[in-house]
Amino acid sequence: MTVAENQDSHDRIELKGITKAFPGVLANDQVSFKIKPSEIHALLGENGAGKSTLVKMIYGIMQPDAGEIIWQGTSLKIANPKAARKMGVGMVFQHFSLFEAMTVLENIALGMDAKISQSELEDKIRAVMTTYGLMLDPHRIVSTLSVGERQRIEIVRALLLNPKLLIMDEPTSVLTPQEVAQLFETLRKLSATGCAILYISHKLHEIKELCDQATILRGGKVVGECNPREETSKSMAEMMIGGNLKQIEKQAGRDFGALRFAVNNLSQKGEGDFGVALEGIDMSVCSGEIFGIAGVAGNGQNELLLALSGETPSIDANSIKLDGNAIGAFNTLERREVGLCAVPEERNGHAAVVDFSLTDNAILTARNRMNLANQGLIKAGKAKAFAESVIAQFAVKTTGANKQAGSLSGGNLQKFVVGREIMQNPDVIIVSQPTWGVDAGAAAAIHQALVDLATNGSSVIVISQDLDELLAICDTMAVINEGKLSKTLNVGEASIDEIGLLMGGIHGDPSVQSDAKETLDAH
Amino acid sequence: MLIKLEKRKEPSQTMLYATPVIAVLLTMIVGGLLFTIIGHNGFNAVWEIFITPVINPHIWPDLGVKAGPLILIAVGLSIGFKANVWNIGAEGQYIVGALAGTGIALATWEFEGWWILPLMCIAGALGGGLYAAVPAYLKTKLNVNEILTSLMLTYAAIQLLNYLMRGPWKDPEGFNFPETRQFNDSQILPEIGGTIIHMGVPLVFLIAIITWFVMSKSVFGFQIRVVGSAPSAARYGGFSADKTIWAAMLIGGAFAGLAGIFEASGPFQQMVPQFPTGYGFTAIIVAFLGRLHPIGIIFGGLILAVSYVGGEIAQSRLGLPNSAAGIFQALMLFFLLASDILIKYRMKFSSSSAKGEAA
Repeated sequence: MTVAENQDSHDRIELKGITKAFPGVLANDQVSFKIKPSEIHALLGENGAGKSTLVKMIYGIMQPDAGEIIWQGTSLKIANPKAARKMGVGMVFQHFSLFEAMTVLENIALGMDAKISQSELEDKIRAVMTTYGLMLDPHRIVSTLSVGERQRIEIVRALLLNPKLLIMDEPTSVLTPQEVAQLFETLRKLSATGCAILYISHKLHEIKELCDQATILRGGKVVGECNPREETSKSMAEMMIGGNLKQIEKQAGRDFGALRFAVNNLSQKGEGDFGVALEGIDMSVCSGEIFGIAGVAGNGQNELLLALSGETPSIDANSIKLDGNAIGAFNTLERREVGLCAVPEERNGHAAVVDFSLTDNAILTARNRMNLANQGLIKAGKAKAFAESVIAQFAVKTTGANKQAGSLSGGNLQKFVVGREIMQNPDVIIVSQPTWGVDAGAAAAIHQALVDLATNGSSVIVISQDLDELLAICDTMAVINEGKLSKTLNVGEASIDEIGLLMGGIHGDPSVQSDAKETLDAH
Repeated sequence: MLIKLEKRKEPSQTMLYATPVIAVLLTMIVGGLLFTIIGHNGFNAVWEIFITPVINPHIWPDLGVKAGPLILIAVGLSIGFKANVWNIGAEGQYIVGALAGTGIALATWEFEGWWILPLMCIAGALGGGLYAAVPAYLKTKLNVNEILTSLMLTYAAIQLLNYLMRGPWKDPEGFNFPETRQFNDSQILPEIGGTIIHMGVPLVFLIAIITWFVMSKSVFGFQIRVVGSAPSAARYGGFSADKTIWAAMLIGGAFAGLAGIFEASGPFQQMVPQFPTGYGFTAIIVAFLGRLHPIGIIFGGLILAVSYVGGEIAQSRLGLPNSAAGIFQALMLFFLLASDILIKYRMKFSSSSAKGEAA
């Protein structure tokens, strides 16, 4: 205990003049700030501002070129993540490092530096999950879990080590409002025990609600520090992007055109043993309408996207109609020909091929609509020009269309992927998680592009776990839960509580969850 | 001094082309040392195997003849490898293709005419393709690993060859030797300019160049690359994984089969039980040495041909064992795969500045 008291007189961590350069980029330039014990400290910045690089250095994945990391009063080098964990730094990454073919328990066991028995570990995991209200079956295979559930593994994994500093990279992107509230409770509890938290997020109202202090990065430099509670979301966003934030321009109470896209009683078996089956999905979206689909991760969103995009065509052609044409049995190519484009949730390896150039990634989906290939031969010049126009139109930060998709930051790649589909001028576009892990500036640009597309008469369907996003841009929305779609709600009239209840089930509703906990305890 | 590996932001294009050279150099050095240790003159061994064939113009036609089948098979395999289709059984497809072409030759031995050779070549390609269709079918319908099935079918092909040579296809005037009749003049690939280079060799180069064009410029080549790199993205982009597997297997098999009939109607001019010489396996090395790129494969094929021809020279001049060339070939693949890490990673020698920081 004396050691702990001794340590409390120091800052938990202090960064002094941290600098890190990559070929062609100065990712961090003289970054300095401190975090006190128990402090929840926000790290804000646009994509490519250097947030990830900075936390990677704190977690020992990279070494700074210059500067000093002072941990509880002592300057030291963090050689690798193992050393970081030993010091008491825990991290929850935005992209998870999990073995898909293994169970939750096995994955956590693999990440443990200390060897402990499976049953002991399982008890510990269950204890952590009960304490922090994280629902997860330790024996599920990871490949069958949704993004949200996978994130919970990472959180549990970090919490098992009783960290003194917990780094969270965009943790709430996949949670329901109720789950976010729970997570915040967890984090506040954790901070009350003395643990400092470095919280990376682009959701400014969350930062206002949760964080005690914020450091704002832009272009690798610290451009401001503030107390988020004393700032408005708008003022922080403007510090972050270094300019005025554009509001989404959307006419309220617009009239929609004719019925454009209709899904009638679409049902599909889930892929694999644990895939979610779609049951009797109905929706109709008019020309000019933006239709949102809310829901907790893993309730059939991926399956719905695949069914709508044509990756898993239906046997019943009439289950999906575009402008009256039955397209249910069409594959993705045929659907694109008739005007339906889609963007899946996962950027890496699904929406884009990481080790292909941006030009090649443009060819991947736009080759027919944009006439980038003829008689089976690719028109390289035209493909490059189209990729460059997407880059220009959507302000994708890259040095050229010949750059590999994997060299772009997540948000920039997302802008490229969404832009690639929007610029094909589809009649119907279906976008899953359009702004997951994307900063405020880029998110606004993507939202505006979707709104503009709708204004020009296309139907837009947005599948998202980010309720704020849906409420901001959608005209109508429905909630997907266990593969079933709720009735359609008008966004102006629906209350957050109502939507939350529809999202509900055992995942979201705190009362149900506490009931479950009680029954668990009773056993 | 510590060497650390650091991930590159983008794979190095320089290293992509430099590692085959590094691998060949390391092979020479280590191979030379190895033969010195076991009591031969290692320098001479390396010299005879790698240098003599290159500097002696009389041997160049041999290189062309050896490189031909290697290049053709490797070009076919590279298409599959790019699509993550691991056809390891090119040797079997090579044999079956040669047998199919030989079948046509035996059926037409009383005929003459320009049409016989093309027919034999078509049969060769079809034979190899159909033999590769077996693993393709098993893979797409039952999800059986094509590495196993294609490899095992190679041994089935060898048994088929032995059966035909000792049974139905034995030359009736051949004093009971297990081999077919000699092909007639209409069944033999003509030789070029009084050398031992047969018509098949320039055709191989032509096919390699056409393949390069198709793979780099066409939607089909694009499809192969997408399916290999990101299967989910391929499905999203509208490419069928099953069709790609079929295409890759059939093309790989057809090219191997064509190489087989070129070899049978070129250098062999009949079918014998000693026909399989492992070209189908060596071609795997060639494909990777050539970076799965048709033009690179031409160079890879020539390098491996050097090691084959040089192995024979070393055998006669230095009395090295027959397997010397095999050892060098295996070393080459080993070093190539090992040095390939430099494409995605860079070596970092721990510098004095880092030490200064630590102190």
